Amino acid sequence: MRGARSAAAIGLAAITWAVRLVAVILVIATFNFILVRAAPGDPAQVMAGQSGAADPKILEDLRKEYGLDQPYLVQLGTHLKRVLSFDLGYSYRQRRPVLDLIMERLPATLLLTLTAFCLALLVGTTLGALAGLAAGSVVDTLFTVLSLLLYATPVFWLGLMLVLVFSVTLGWLPAFGYETINAKLTPIERVFDIGKHMIMPVVSLAAIYLAIYARLMRSSIIEVAHQDFIKTARAKGLAGPRIVVGHMLRNALVPVVTVAGMQAGALVGGAVVIETVFAWPGLGRLTFDAVLQRDYPVLLGIFLILSIIVIVLNLATDLVYRLIDPRMTTGAA
Amino acid sequence: MNRREFTAAILAGSAALPFGITRAVGQTRGGTLNTIIQPEPPVLVTALNQQQPTLTLGGKIYESLLKYGPDLKPMPGMAKSWEISPDGLTYTFKLFEGITFHDGKPMTSEDVVFSCMQVLTQTHPRARNNFARVASAEAPDPLTVVFKLKQPFAPFLGCFDCTSAPILPKHVYEGTDFRKNPMNDKAIGTGPFKLKEWVRGSHVHLVRHDGYYLKDQPYLDEIIYRVIPDAASRALALENGTVQLVQWSDIEFFDVTRFKKQANLEYTTNGYEYFAPHQWLEMNNRIAPMNDKRFRQAVMHLIDRDALNKRVYFGNAKIATGPISSKTRFYDGNVKKYEYSLDKAKALLDEMGLKPGANGKRAEIKYVVPPYGEVYQRAGEFFRQSFSRVGIDLVLVGTDMAGWAEKVGNWDYEMTQNLLYQLGDPALGVSRTYISTNIKKGILFSNTQGYSNPEVDRLFEEAAVALDEKKRQELYTKVQQILVEDVPVAWTLELEYPIFYDKSLKNVVTTAIGSHETFGVVHKS
Repeated sequence: MRGARSAAAIGLAAITWAVRLVAVILVIATFNFILVRAAPGDPAQVMAGQSGAADPKILEDLRKEYGLDQPYLVQLGTHLKRVLSFDLGYSYRQRRPVLDLIMERLPATLLLTLTAFCLALLVGTTLGALAGLAAGSVVDTLFTVLSLLLYATPVFWLGLMLVLVFSVTLGWLPAFGYETINAKLTPIERVFDIGKHMIMPVVSLAAIYLAIYARLMRSSIIEVAHQDFIKTARAKGLAGPRIVVGHMLRNALVPVVTVAGMQAGALVGGAVVIETVFAWPGLGRLTFDAVLQRDYPVLLGIFLILSIIVIVLNLATDLVYRLIDPRMTTGAA
Repeated sequence: MNRREFTAAILAGSAALPFGITRAVGQTRGGTLNTIIQPEPPVLVTALNQQQPTLTLGGKIYESLLKYGPDLKPMPGMAKSWEISPDGLTYTFKLFEGITFHDGKPMTSEDVVFSCMQVLTQTHPRARNNFARVASAEAPDPLTVVFKLKQPFAPFLGCFDCTSAPILPKHVYEGTDFRKNPMNDKAIGTGPFKLKEWVRGSHVHLVRHDGYYLKDQPYLDEIIYRVIPDAASRALALENGTVQLVQWSDIEFFDVTRFKKQANLEYTTNGYEYFAPHQWLEMNNRIAPMNDKRFRQAVMHLIDRDALNKRVYFGNAKIATGPISSKTRFYDGNVKKYEYSLDKAKALLDEMGLKPGANGKRAEIKYVVPPYGEVYQRAGEFFRQSFSRVGIDLVLVGTDMAGWAEKVGNWDYEMTQNLLYQLGDPALGVSRTYISTNIKKGILFSNTQGYSNPEVDRLFEEAAVALDEKKRQELYTKVQQILVEDVPVAWTLELEYPIFYDKSLKNVVTTAIGSHETFGVVHKS
């Protein structure tokens, strides 16, 4: 009986969550639509202009084809209807369905950003924790200077410098691209090839986030180290490593997870610069081009997908909170 | 056209080398050409999109009836010969035998008529203007195409390069929505190279079309166009040999001097004769003080165009003397000269009553910076300094591509910089900027500055339909003189984009469209 009630409660929670999700997506879609249209510029005019000799008839035809001749509210209605059926529309500029365009680019961006995210999180928190535990020592100073340096370095400059050193001077790594074009490789060789191409873009993208997490983790560790429960643990005679892993790290990670969750979405935005420098065939570059060309369907499609990713990441952050801090689980306090 | 010219036209058509201007001797088969495409084109079908990168790539896939030598004279493309009737109304093209599309189906005169009259008139604005002059197009036999014009149009023979009139397969497009045809992804043409793979955001891979109709061609096995969005990365790719060819603005002007010294590279500015990129400072003629001819003349005097070329374009340009480029037919440099003289500029401004106020300023003008890269930003800064020397404040306004297109297209600007291609003949690429019938709100690259002069309209119209070359020259000389006096726009420079290629490559630039050419004759040594 109790099991059935709890299953019903979970079901209800899931339905509430799903309804909220749809509502949030619709609000985001509407906001995106308004935002995109608020920018001056007309895609038909850009396209017609590029052909070098347009006339009003061509412009009119293009507007009709784009659906731009419809009243604003009708266009918004069509957009929301499409969003609900997960139809992202058709890019008239690229002459292909938007979903296809996004799905072609999404894996490369996810590979780049998720790897950079994991690297930044792992190395950043480790360095930060080490610096925090040895606060005031030479190691701490060294890590602090290093993280400040990484934080202050412009992403594109770091990328170009890495290329100059590791590609031009030493010839160790490929300068750009996702993989060696036209190479006949076995699947294993291809994985290594992509990995080799990933090193510099991932390091460039991770650098600034790595610095942020390191700084955050350092101060968080220092703060936690002075809490009463750590003193209690020490008084109980617990071994140093056990205190660090079992008590300090777990508590110190909370602010890091909060910031990391917030920044995961921004990471995709930051990838635009890296994708440009390293000719990485990802979503960032597609977004940038779509903005320039006012390719509305592509822009709205990308924004929608990114919104969903951010919502999912927020959910994941919530779940991680519960894992590292049981107090946050409803009813557990 | 007199009888002698008529005969010459036939001879030119039948005698010109069918392999392009340089018949390759001792060429080798095989090899891969790695090069750059920037920005990535939205589609590869040149009938649907005419952006410069689309034309570079599509030029290898799609062909047309003719090619044009560096002197802009027609040479055989898919047409091995052509005839023009003495009245200049009928153009008869004879096609090469054995031309096939990439899907193996034969290309016939039916495909030419279908492409020119049904597809291009709907999808290609430039071709639409050209073929609107055609009364009828017929395919009397599979290898003959006959165009009959409504009235003579002198540059009609200049409308058949692969970027202006690409031929598409009728069997693929007939009865379909051309723009949405799923086969657009396959890009089926007759060119020496066909599409193997397009990994968006990464590269486009073209491979040899084995059924190509010209013996042994193409010599290369494949061409790989890499998408490299960042200018510094593109320079690096050329430097370390990842790519062996760059064109147009792949390399920034400030890098040209450096690459000229790189031992393995050839450098040329040839291959842009058809386009002849012509740049100017555009002034909205509708608004004071730009509506006064004396102001516009003053602008010609106050810009040190030699310094502009040296400091902003690093010497990669020639000074423009008027509306027609020195590379375009019917150019006449014998026009009024506007030397750099601040005194003359000030005198003209004083004369029109635009005198310095109490703060020493004569006027404030908004200048919309074209969003096409750093060089345009630097040119804007240069103009701001130039104008400040005569007491005019030029306020630079930044925008992006769509914003610029909207502002200029809708005449919502005071000053900007513009660049247009001349397309080989003033009737194709020059008159559009100055004739009053092309003042069309909302249309970019029309007569956006709003200049109107009935005499100029008449001269351009007469020159377009006159068949006698001397007569055309007279008319264009006259129109150049009037325009240079009126200064509808302040011409600055004829840009000379570089082409750098590895010395192992041969026959890279053979025609007036340079890197847009089919590359059938390009080979490695």
